[in-house]
Amino acid sequence: MSGLRVLAAMSGGVDSATAAARAVDAGHEVTGVHLALSSNPSSYRTGARGCCTLEDARDARRAADVIGIPFYVWDMAERFHRDVVEDFVAEYAVGRTPNPCLRCNEKIKFAAVLDRALALGFDAVCTGHYARICDGVLRRAVDPGKDQSYVLAVLTSDQLSHAMFPLGDTPKAQVRAEAARRGLAVADKPDSHDVCFIADGDTKGFLARHLGPAPGQIVDTSGAVIGEHEGAYAFTVGQRRGLRVGTPADDGRPRYVLDIEPVTRTVTVGPAEGLEITEITADRPVWTGGRPPLDPRDCLVQLRAHGDVHACTAWLEADALRIRLRRPARGVAKGQAAVLYDGDTVLGSATIGATFAGASVVNAAASAAEVPLP
Amino acid sequence: MSSHRTNPVYLDHAATTPMRPEAIAAMTEELARLGNPSSLHAAGRRARRVVEESREQLAEVFGTRPSEVVFTSGGTEADNLAVKGLYWARRDGSRRRVLTTSVEHHAVLDSVRWLEEAQGAEAVWLVVGDDGAVRPDALRAAIAQAPDQVAVVSVMWANNEVGTVQPVSELAAVAHEYGVPFHTDAVQAAAQLPVDFAASGADALTVTGHKLGGPVGIGALILARGVTPVPVLHGGGQERDIRSGTLDTPAIRAFAVAAAVCGKHRADEAERVAALRDDLVRQVLAAVPDAVLNGPPPGPDRLPGNAHFSFPGCEGDALLMLLDANGIACSTGSACTAGVAEPSHVLLAMGADESRARGSLRFSLGHTSTQQDVDALGLVIREVVDRARRAAAR
Repeated sequence: MSGLRVLAAMSGGVDSATAAARAVDAGHEVTGVHLALSSNPSSYRTGARGCCTLEDARDARRAADVIGIPFYVWDMAERFHRDVVEDFVAEYAVGRTPNPCLRCNEKIKFAAVLDRALALGFDAVCTGHYARICDGVLRRAVDPGKDQSYVLAVLTSDQLSHAMFPLGDTPKAQVRAEAARRGLAVADKPDSHDVCFIADGDTKGFLARHLGPAPGQIVDTSGAVIGEHEGAYAFTVGQRRGLRVGTPADDGRPRYVLDIEPVTRTVTVGPAEGLEITEITADRPVWTGGRPPLDPRDCLVQLRAHGDVHACTAWLEADALRIRLRRPARGVAKGQAAVLYDGDTVLGSATIGATFAGASVVNAAASAAEVPLP
Repeated sequence: MSSHRTNPVYLDHAATTPMRPEAIAAMTEELARLGNPSSLHAAGRRARRVVEESREQLAEVFGTRPSEVVFTSGGTEADNLAVKGLYWARRDGSRRRVLTTSVEHHAVLDSVRWLEEAQGAEAVWLVVGDDGAVRPDALRAAIAQAPDQVAVVSVMWANNEVGTVQPVSELAAVAHEYGVPFHTDAVQAAAQLPVDFAASGADALTVTGHKLGGPVGIGALILARGVTPVPVLHGGGQERDIRSGTLDTPAIRAFAVAAAVCGKHRADEAERVAALRDDLVRQVLAAVPDAVLNGPPPGPDRLPGNAHFSFPGCEGDALLMLLDANGIACSTGSACTAGVAEPSHVLLAMGADESRARGSLRFSLGHTSTQQDVDALGLVIREVVDRARRAAAR
């Protein structure tokens, strides 16, 4: 496939720059675009690296110059704020743990940007994500340490048919070497890891600024109050550090966040076994790799970015995806994606809405708890 | 979307215009020569002679005395020197008002805002009509509120976005009725209008090299005798102690050569460019009947080379990208932060809503423009607008 009109989303990092260069090599007519995601970009990087500083826009522009492609900046700040930042805050406010990169792929890069690109006459959007598209199906990247199929699994077949990930077949170290060979100044720029719109990396502080104080109680599994907190949004299921619970557990063992109940703002803590779940209900499923599993299907599931994979049985029930794990998993947070794989091929993705520990319900809304097990 | 990048069509002369061959030759020659014009030896004297001859050439083109030409690094510096320098020179007790319009170039606009925020000035924004023009009566009323409190008035000669030509000599006369100094930014006007400093009555006037076929990085503030702004740059005391810094002899010579060539052909060129512009407007409105020509109607109240449209239902940056892909260069005529287009403050001041301001494009013609340039735009504008509309509707 060559000679397509390709819009390369260029963050200012090494991956998207190399991806754009590869698209040119493949014979495509490539135009670079930097997405301005903040309406008040800071001039310089501070603390953790964000992806919407003026310096990043400049790096992207310089990379486009070196590659020899036209370059523009698209203002996506309003859409990004509405669909990613506000969603991020709202999800934490209801006791869930969102993945903003996934949401950005779903709502911005392969929705707002792709739609605009297609209308303007482009055939595809190219990014520096590490994943492969084989016969229209999404697969893991060959570099397991960099694989980003988890945050792309939310894309529909239609979106994938207009997506291009030229780096999926290459280990990151080779990409850096290639960028250096190509004369791209971003070759040794550090990877971005943190949430791009929280420049200082302080998610807790960011949420506190947006949600204000929302004090509540910290209880143990018996319901006894053992502490207080300033806002339930500062906690995530599976968290151990920063609980600031004064009295030690009776048995002296470490305690973890087991549940966050947003209405009463109650955070339940308990021993590690309390984190173990075997059943998951996930909402808004998207099927990229074929037909939805109307009958129970044995496959693999990944429950957070760069997390382990678990053997499971999955099936569709009404509009929800049900997942039963072979062995219990720990630290599964509502709001994260459950991504199903067959080997390294993505089958589909859905948002974790409720989790269950076998027959006894540990971590579910009351209505979800009544869903019978098959 | 096609990509005819081979034959570029340049319709962005208001951003910068090609250097004239005579200016390139003069500058190239001068770059090979030695001498700081402030030095007392032979090399210095030679350079000084070039600078002073250039100053005389510029004075002749712009209707002023050589001693009234103060070289700067360009239009932005000259505007800053005039606005800040005259405010500082005249600031006294309650005399803290700066009168200007909300359609100025950012070099004036942001200087005034800074004086207000950091220097205790009081900005008075003169209202413009929907054509972008300031009425002399509006200026009179604004000064008359408190004549003793007005430090300086600044109104551009011609607008860089929509091409509105202001009634500069009438405005200057009003300011003089009250003894207030009047500055005008003539950066856009200088290449296409008979800019005559003495006849305009202005006390300070900004011109720059690269808008009339000279190099970037050289400009001048023309200052009437007795008008002495407080310097912005301090140092070696060049340029009557008003603007320190080693004079850029090659750039000054090229600026003067370009201005002389420009001045010689200005009247004929203005007529030729205006005819091309009129045809451009005709072709665009024929292809896109609901496009709106912003600014005054073509004629004496509008820069000959300026055409500025709003295309309803489009975003300016999408139009620009699609035209660029067709080898046509134009501008959204707006300020940039990290390359992100802001809605034009000029259109907003003229009463346009934000979507109309965002969906606008400026086409500006100049000394190298041809009928082929205009026809190339006329050929693709319909398809480009249709496509941009589909993209905006998403």
